[in-house]
Amino acid sequence: MRPFLTLTRRELAGYFVSLTGYLTIAAIQFLVGLGMLLLLEALNGQPFDMPLTEAFYNNLWFFLILLLAPPVVTMRTFAHEKFSGTYETLMTAPVSDTAVVMAKFTGALLFFLSAWAPVMAYPLILRHFAVDLAAVDWGALGGTFIGILLFGSLYTSIGCCMSSITRSQIIAAMNAFVIGLGLFLASYLSHVVAQQPGWEMDVFRHISLIDHMRDFTRGIIDVRQVVFYLSLTVFFLFLTTKSVESRRWR
Amino acid sequence: MSTEQSTIDEPMIEVRGLTKRFKNRVAIEDLSFTVGRGQVVGFLGPNGAGKTTTMRILSCYMPATSGVVRVGGCNVHTRPDEVRRQIGYMPENNPLHVEMRVREYLKFRARLKGLGVRRSRDRVDHVTEICGLGDVSSKLIGHLSKGYRQRVGLADALVHEPGLLILDEPTIGLDPHQIRTVRKLIRDLGKEHTVLVSSHILSEIEMTCDHVIIIHHGKILEDDTVEGLRQKMSVERLVVAEIAAPREQLLDFLEHSAEILHFDLQPSDSDYLTCTLTPSAMMDLRPLVFETARENGWQLRELTRSRHSLEDIFLRVTRREEEDGF
Repeated sequence: MRPFLTLTRRELAGYFVSLTGYLTIAAIQFLVGLGMLLLLEALNGQPFDMPLTEAFYNNLWFFLILLLAPPVVTMRTFAHEKFSGTYETLMTAPVSDTAVVMAKFTGALLFFLSAWAPVMAYPLILRHFAVDLAAVDWGALGGTFIGILLFGSLYTSIGCCMSSITRSQIIAAMNAFVIGLGLFLASYLSHVVAQQPGWEMDVFRHISLIDHMRDFTRGIIDVRQVVFYLSLTVFFLFLTTKSVESRRWR
Repeated sequence: MSTEQSTIDEPMIEVRGLTKRFKNRVAIEDLSFTVGRGQVVGFLGPNGAGKTTTMRILSCYMPATSGVVRVGGCNVHTRPDEVRRQIGYMPENNPLHVEMRVREYLKFRARLKGLGVRRSRDRVDHVTEICGLGDVSSKLIGHLSKGYRQRVGLADALVHEPGLLILDEPTIGLDPHQIRTVRKLIRDLGKEHTVLVSSHILSEIEMTCDHVIIIHHGKILEDDTVEGLRQKMSVERLVVAEIAAPREQLLDFLEHSAEILHFDLQPSDSDYLTCTLTPSAMMDLRPLVFETARENGWQLRELTRSRHSLEDIFLRVTRREEEDGF
């Protein structure tokens, strides 16, 4: 456990001492801010019939962050260490492969979440200025953050996996982004391909990240969806561990 | 084999029949050697001989294709974590986290290797002192000179009090002054630790180690003490003499002496001729040359018997290998 904590701390520290870390936070905050601005304009003086959080998620910027940030955050996890050679000192320390993978994943995820943290202030601001005190629904808000956490875990695990198979951070980020985007675009299959009910429709609905996110932003936590995210996360982390182990098979 | 059995009596490193094959290339083949506790062993070979591969297997970075490797009695394959705890490994080119400060890095490494908070602080203090890092402990590693970085690497290898230090080309890319410092450090460390140090620079091994393993094309060619190797190779000791004498007379002497198997005559400056003589039996040619020179009234200004440096030995051993059909 101690090596895991030490490594996680070091991973987190690595983000917070690098320029990339702060640039990522700044970019995320900028895009979230843009989304908030659109929301405020829509809200201004007009009646509004959906939860604020749903309106918040229902714009381009929100998903742009969710798709772009994890690859950027995770690209350095393994690729950078392999490139600089510190991978060898890391892997010859008495630490298990699993501990290394879990620490890198946890570090990246915590950093990703910390970049979202300032968003917590938005509901408070809204509450302060809104006429209707019920404008901010805490349940929906909690759901949204759980959604971001689950979505973030999945995309961070994809990013770690892609970073573990290459020495180039750029390639790692590209691969992670493409796979992430593919998974995201698969959401539209349920809207586009199968309009008639049937098993295809069921499957596509089940993997529709957009639909999941809508549920989360409405404050609905569906166990099936939680299992979907967690199992995929575990799957990609498993792949990462195998990829780290693979140096022994060659 | 249980943990209790890994006692002082066991050799620090025991390698038997070690083979590593990559896809279509054999990196090392059937290596066997042992390193006793407290020895400083030089692992010598040209680039690509399999030094790094062997060291990586020893430090549990990659597994062997076949063969048994034990470090302090623990099999690297079945008990890698225990082996790693016993080893301080500094890879080639000494990779470090350049964005960290020296002390911060050493503390991170100590904690990663399983030391508690207090113990890691004490150990970091200790290795900082041994490696002379006191002045730079709060500097960024990226801002350090290569010599200091090498010391940071050594400090990292030492921080968890390993019994065995494995150093892969520790002086590569350093300037002569830094090389001297690092060598001295290695020699000092050899007093308390078992050290396996690889190099393709022979004089380095000669200066720091008491035991040499020469490896070439993935095979061990020699495994002996530095002195033993010198003796083994001293069968044909050359004698170099610089003599001022009429060329014909000298030639006559050299050709008709039964003791001289082979000679080489080169004009030196002014009247002097440089003769390089190979004795026909294991004998010292110097008295003979001296006597002859005195009898004939030749001027003699140099008379030396060449001691084999490790360099010659190495070249000879690897050449012999190539002549044998490699």
